[in-house]
Amino acid sequence: MVSSLYCMRKMRERCRQTDRHTPTPVWPQLEPSGPIFTPCLFTLPSVLLLFQYTWDTNEEYLFKAMVAFSMRRVPNREATEISHVLLCNVTQRVSFWFVVTDPSRNHTLPAVEVQSAIRMNRNRINNAFFLNDQTLEFLRIPATLAPPTDPSVPVWIIIFGVMFCIIIVATMLLILSGIRQHRRKNKGPSEMEDTEDKWENTVKIENGIPCDPLDMKGGHVNDAFVTEDERLTPL
Amino acid sequence: MRGPLSTRGTEGSVLNRTGVCTKTCTVLNGPSGEMLKASPKMGNEAGCSCYQLCAVLDTTYCGEKSRRGKGAFMIPFLILLVLEGIPLLHLEFAIGQRLRKGSVGVWSSIHPALKGVGIASMFVSFMVGLYYNTIIAWVMWYFFNSFQDPLPWSQCPLNANQTGYVEECARSSPVDYYWYRETLNVSTSIDDSGSVQWWVLLCLTCAWSVLYVCTIRGIETTGKAVYVTSTLPYVVLTIFLIRGLTLKGASSGIVFLFTPNVTELANPVTWLDAGAQVFYSFSLAFGGLISFSSYNSVHNNCEMDSVIVSVINGFTSVYAATVVYSIIGFRATERFDDCFSANILTLINGFDLPEGNVTQENFAEMQQWCNASNPAAYAELKFQTCDMNTFLSEGVEGTGLAFIVFTEAITRMPAAPLWSVLFFIMLFCLGLSSMFGNMEGVVVPLQDLNVIPKNWPKELLTGLICLGTYLLALIFTLNSGQYWLSLLDRYAGSIPLLTVAFFEMFSVVYVYGIDRFNRDIAFMIGHKPNIFWQVTWRVVSPLLMLTIFLFFLVISVNEELVYSVWNPAYEEFPKSQKVKYPNWVYGVVVVVAGVPCLAIPGFAIYKLIRNRFQRAGDQQGLVGAQSTVSVNGDVKS
Repeated sequence: MVSSLYCMRKMRERCRQTDRHTPTPVWPQLEPSGPIFTPCLFTLPSVLLLFQYTWDTNEEYLFKAMVAFSMRRVPNREATEISHVLLCNVTQRVSFWFVVTDPSRNHTLPAVEVQSAIRMNRNRINNAFFLNDQTLEFLRIPATLAPPTDPSVPVWIIIFGVMFCIIIVATMLLILSGIRQHRRKNKGPSEMEDTEDKWENTVKIENGIPCDPLDMKGGHVNDAFVTEDERLTPL
Repeated sequence: MRGPLSTRGTEGSVLNRTGVCTKTCTVLNGPSGEMLKASPKMGNEAGCSCYQLCAVLDTTYCGEKSRRGKGAFMIPFLILLVLEGIPLLHLEFAIGQRLRKGSVGVWSSIHPALKGVGIASMFVSFMVGLYYNTIIAWVMWYFFNSFQDPLPWSQCPLNANQTGYVEECARSSPVDYYWYRETLNVSTSIDDSGSVQWWVLLCLTCAWSVLYVCTIRGIETTGKAVYVTSTLPYVVLTIFLIRGLTLKGASSGIVFLFTPNVTELANPVTWLDAGAQVFYSFSLAFGGLISFSSYNSVHNNCEMDSVIVSVINGFTSVYAATVVYSIIGFRATERFDDCFSANILTLINGFDLPEGNVTQENFAEMQQWCNASNPAAYAELKFQTCDMNTFLSEGVEGTGLAFIVFTEAITRMPAAPLWSVLFFIMLFCLGLSSMFGNMEGVVVPLQDLNVIPKNWPKELLTGLICLGTYLLALIFTLNSGQYWLSLLDRYAGSIPLLTVAFFEMFSVVYVYGIDRFNRDIAFMIGHKPNIFWQVTWRVVSPLLMLTIFLFFLVISVNEELVYSVWNPAYEEFPKSQKVKYPNWVYGVVVVVAGVPCLAIPGFAIYKLIRNRFQRAGDQQGLVGAQSTVSVNGDVKS
């Protein structure tokens, strides 16, 4: 059975903002004890990361410990020790291959098992190295992306509701005030008309000579005093 | 011809409308630079209540930036502003102020057969108002969605089994996906109408309601609304200027803006676009200017106003362009850095080099070194091309500038929701103030045409117009709505405007008589207009408009009508696919562009025919009638 090896690559990301630590190059030792590893083909992921510490054998030890820890949580594999995890081909990029062997050190554990174990404890492994899914990538172990939190009522409907209510209230107010103004205007001239009639009547009665009442509807511009020039330009 | 949102692939140029309020009551320049003044009927006899309608800058929103480099666009824009914009502006102010009527009334006063010019203006205002408010609806949608952190367009949604992002989003970008899929839910062609998108419908309802509230009693309410819609954008623009100038890469954007590109100057299409942009900038030929100006007092100095408005307009144009391009420069720099980082990563991964060995500065040498050491492996690596100029002049078509480029830039700023809210409030105010002018250009001619019974209150009339246009605008809430909008934008606004403007100038100068016009202006402001106005009114401006129109006809007759669609199945997917319009669209274009233009000669012919018939029946026999004596209305027998 061909065991597929997993490659873990740690990527450094160019710091977008300010500081750019230049990490020291790391030259770990190869420890190819154990069975021969068959290399796997992998495609390069495209994320970089900023290292906050140098990568040395202690870090490697921590990594082995985390992998062993993940394996120990699998029901049949509680006996996994740190010495069962093997790293090799560690490069300057800080990328390497690793394999988990069974206690007898005769063969490596199947890929699927290792894969699911790491997947379940991905969070712990990430946190141990202060990295995240983008910056610590296990090839062929797809990341579980956190779903965005969906509020029960979308935010925009709330804002829309508030705004629409304000608009409706404003419309009602404006229309009502418009109607009131209209009524006042209508009452005004009709009141004037009453007095006018009375005036007319009194004139008629008083003099007995019917004559044109004065135009009582106030506020008009008297056309007689507007010069022709003001209105139109002569042809 | 470009409309306010060109879909011919040009980025927009800045559209300005500015205003000024002079102290003796009246000059208020409307959102479109219209003169606005309260007439005595508004309730002030002695002076006038000034309604300050300061025009503001409609930049990104209804303007476009020239893809060919803003530097190249600025120069034709400024030249045409002086030769075409200012004379036409002064002309519209003057005739409105003198004849004291809305656009229909003014043109029928000049000559009864010219009423068609006013009707054409009304049609244009109506068409533009129809689709313009839909853009405001989209702005409101983004505004409502800006109150969350992180912004919804900053990340792609996850796919069904949560192992990755939705494919359409992963292939393009979160902002593109949010605009095309989650906002518009756009179909792949204008034929495919789909159904009404309920969320866009809600926003459209909101937009029309706001417009109704602000214009409910005409100038009375509009005047108050404009205090907010005119001043707020300037405030927000200043805030963005300060923010923009402190961003990394802002200077490259501004340098790009002001470097003239000489090859573009030689291209007639640039001049064409600039000319049309001047029209939008000043709202010329919409009819709103004349109407607003009629509220001014007769002796208001319209010459000074037109000059001041133009100067402020030009200044605001440059100001807004600076702000926008500083943000574009920031975005371009970020994209450039990302592109470069991706290339560096490819190199590092391919050759397993340690971190920090390859930087932007030594990238080229490292590439050569790697190539030398292992050519076979090097040949397999794929590098992206990172060119700053491409990023700076990235194709943004009209709405794309505001909803794609800017929103992306905003997501990269710290405190993104705040900037987003501010930005969309500004766009909302700008759009709303433009709509005021459009509404005025529709309501007043309808009243002048006497098709509305006199006893209808203004609220009812405005309400009916808003309701009618809202129902028509439902077409823009369909899946293919954005294609309809681009279509209208391209054809409804440009050709008719140019035609109307040309006829306006021609009528005033040659039908009304330039001498009579000079005397009118002398009466109003105290002195005859100087040589600059004479030359431009008589010769330069009409000729310029005619040239632009002819050029446009020549160019458009030769080209096929294509439009861009968002098609995930397209090979070069994130890019828009250019598709030919179906045949029935030509009919729509003819109606939309032709009806306003044909209204001018159409009405003249109608008037001619009516006069003929009347003259034939003019000589009627005397009708005998008995005269009765009546005193005070009582018939005395």
